[in-house]
Amino acid sequence: MQARFISIGKLGQSRRILALLWLAMAAWPFISPNDYVLSLGIYFLINLILVASLNLIMGWTGQVSLAHAGFYGLGAYVSGVLSVRLGISPWWGTAAAALVVGAAAYLIGLATLRLRGPYLSMGTLGFSGILSVLFVELVPLTGGPNGLSGITPYALFGIDLDTPARFFWLAWGVTAVVMWLLLNLYLSAQGRALRAIEGSEIGANTLGVHTLAYKVVAFTLSAALAGLAGALYAHFNLFASPETFGFGTSVLLVVMVALGGSGLYWGPFFGAVIFTAVPELLRKFQDVELLVFGMCMIAVLLFFPGGIASLIGHRSPPKPRTAPADHSAPPPSQSAQEHGDGAAGSR
Amino acid sequence: MAELLQLLISGLSTGSIYALVALGFTIIFKSTGALNFAQGEWVMLGGMTAATLFAAGVPLLVSLLIAVVVAVLMGLLSQRLVVGQLRKPSAMSITIITVAIAICTKSLVMLILGKNPAGLPPFSGEGALRIAGGVVESQALWIIGVAAVMMAASTYFFGHTVLGKALRAAAAQPEAAALVGISPQLSMSLSFMFAAGTAALAGVIVTPLTLTSFDHGTILGFKAFCAAMLGGLGSLTGAMVGGLLLGVAESLAGGKLSSHFKDAVAFVVLLLVLVKWPNGLLGRGQIEKV
Amino acid sequence: MALLEVDDVRVSFGGLHAVDGLSTRVEEGTIKGIIGPNGAGKTTLFNAIAGIQRLSAGTIRLSGRSIEHARPFERARLGLARTFQNLQIFPDLTLLENVMIGCHPRVGTGFLSSILATPASRAREQRMEETAYDKLSLLGMADRAGELAGNLSFGQAKLLEIARALAAEPKILMLDEPIAGVPASEQGGIGDMIKAVNAQGVTVILVEHNMRMVMRLCDEILVMRNGRFLAEGTPAHIGTHPEVIAAYLGKESSHAQRP
Repeated sequence: MQARFISIGKLGQSRRILALLWLAMAAWPFISPNDYVLSLGIYFLINLILVASLNLIMGWTGQVSLAHAGFYGLGAYVSGVLSVRLGISPWWGTAAAALVVGAAAYLIGLATLRLRGPYLSMGTLGFSGILSVLFVELVPLTGGPNGLSGITPYALFGIDLDTPARFFWLAWGVTAVVMWLLLNLYLSAQGRALRAIEGSEIGANTLGVHTLAYKVVAFTLSAALAGLAGALYAHFNLFASPETFGFGTSVLLVVMVALGGSGLYWGPFFGAVIFTAVPELLRKFQDVELLVFGMCMIAVLLFFPGGIASLIGHRSPPKPRTAPADHSAPPPSQSAQEHGDGAAGSR
Repeated sequence: MAELLQLLISGLSTGSIYALVALGFTIIFKSTGALNFAQGEWVMLGGMTAATLFAAGVPLLVSLLIAVVVAVLMGLLSQRLVVGQLRKPSAMSITIITVAIAICTKSLVMLILGKNPAGLPPFSGEGALRIAGGVVESQALWIIGVAAVMMAASTYFFGHTVLGKALRAAAAQPEAAALVGISPQLSMSLSFMFAAGTAALAGVIVTPLTLTSFDHGTILGFKAFCAAMLGGLGSLTGAMVGGLLLGVAESLAGGKLSSHFKDAVAFVVLLLVLVKWPNGLLGRGQIEKV
Repeated sequence: MALLEVDDVRVSFGGLHAVDGLSTRVEEGTIKGIIGPNGAGKTTLFNAIAGIQRLSAGTIRLSGRSIEHARPFERARLGLARTFQNLQIFPDLTLLENVMIGCHPRVGTGFLSSILATPASRAREQRMEETAYDKLSLLGMADRAGELAGNLSFGQAKLLEIARALAAEPKILMLDEPIAGVPASEQGGIGDMIKAVNAQGVTVILVEHNMRMVMRLCDEILVMRNGRFLAEGTPAHIGTHPEVIAAYLGKESSHAQRP
């Protein structure tokens, strides 16, 4: 007699899917025709952390942060500046980046999440604007509008990870860990509580969830992850420029979360693909492609309001799980494919 | 003193633009709860359309009027074809779809009107004026004047006409308004048309001063959000006051402190207001502490 | 000492006293109804006990311990659970997940354990799922456990809220108009369910307009009018109480009838 619990079963299954995905991705360096395509894979992995971190605050708690590119940039600049100006090791720089960005978000979150309304959007808007100005104006530190160059790459066992082939494995590993931890969180009591806050904050509060604390933790974590992504970007790109981290990019990231599927665990995978691939496609073609992109966006938002990830998985509920006293085991195809749960379906 | 007056007028001029854009932004926020990311693009649309028409030989005033009309139509189309088609129109989903509208608007302008910056002549000819010892662009006075008329007209419209009050009612309580005969679709269309119209108006009066191009819209929209929030999201008067204050503050900071950090003023002020007066200066928002 | 003691509670909005010096007791294991004409202040009192409404004056004690400064989530941890008249379900979560949130006060492990998926946190997850299933079964909804709560009808969603509130194994279950908006055919079932839950030792407080249900279920009824105490007692006592009848009918009536 084997009673398969839905949540345990779901975690196991999602983990397997994640592992398979990562195994598949390990083939990327071998199937890439050149370094440029290989780099795209790296940028995808970094962008995945970025979009997933925004999904954490936006999709899971329903608050729109307009500073996410700013947090990304802050992470890149903190780690970059530490390495260029102070010669600090990129590893320490990365840790510092995550901490600094997390701390900034903690303060903003405390100030703005207490209030009901678009105050987080306002606060992040303001913070994003200030960061943009600082990136451009603090020339001795950041290199100003021309950007920060000469960032040192990571070094492992004396080898510089300064080629796409070498860096790929670092990105592959770090992103795997991040997505693994996020999966654990998503399918846990705390993750569920965060998603409940999005559904009804007052309902969650009444049921025992300290909603303010949870929102602040989610926001801090989300920013820290963006900072981590920023540091990875800086030490791969070896160059950081203020334009990459502006308000426009923050807005675009918000859209990526929505297109992928806001609040769904697998949403950011699609969002990150779009975020990485589309500029490449747009670069090659004429401006009409931007219009096409805009119209595709509208089409997705109108016809698939749950995002692309909401299309995967079945809509039917699992076969009834019998009460604990009953000894009939649910069939193995019970895979808890609830629409919106984020666990990919078995086909 | 002369310098101060100069800075003040320049600030009021920029502030008037912010005020107009923030006004439109606020009317959409009131009707939908959403942040309209296409607002800045509509400003750019107005300026570019007018500039292109004028360059093609159309008389100035006609170019301006056509530009505003085009934008108003874009606003209507945006609402009818896009926003109104959303299955679950929540504040978040409308906000996100306005980004798509912004992208489409921007690319349409790029394709149809070209990527080169374009300009318009100052309305009353080239030449600055001397006022109380300071030098002021004549266009700045046009901006302040036209914007002031527009803002007064809006205040009158929303405060004292049946249609205006109906729009406000529909924004506050759509179902109740529908019950007394105010169609939610119509009022939302009107809101979008109004927002696009005021944005385009701002665009045509500022272009003689600053030129315009297809990528001009974003930073302006950005500042307009700050202005609207400064005044208190949801307050029409607040949007206008916020815009003017922001413009003046920026100008003074730029002149007295440092031109480098001028842009930061908007954001610093926003954060300060957020911490001290979350309702904004004039808003009566819903502050619910959790 | 009663399980819940409400002493001289006042809730004022500006000059308006929604609740004006009200005192009452709820004994453990009983079902207490709060009734009164519209505007009597029942919902305000209810919200004040639940923690969403701050008191202007007075005290509220749960098992002797004062809770009037506790925020809603703290009251949940102290054993208070409530449902909402206008529903506050989580539509994008499944029924099972909705009810599992109800278990939250006793989850025990923190963010870090969850992120690392420690065996302790997974074990707790399993226990919470079991509890949630039990509560859903109790309300006859276990077969829909995997569906999204947003697909439920209004009446079913009300049941879901009750299941969710029960998941915390509360000391006091507070029901905010549990059958308002529910089809007549389902109302009796909810009433039976409330009785069954109470039989297992859960104290119940309910605000309700449906007199038949109130008379049938409650051990004791509190009647409010204009924010003040009007009468309190057993259904029989309240049913024939002249002032209560007058309050509902609006005037002294020689045609006294059971409400």
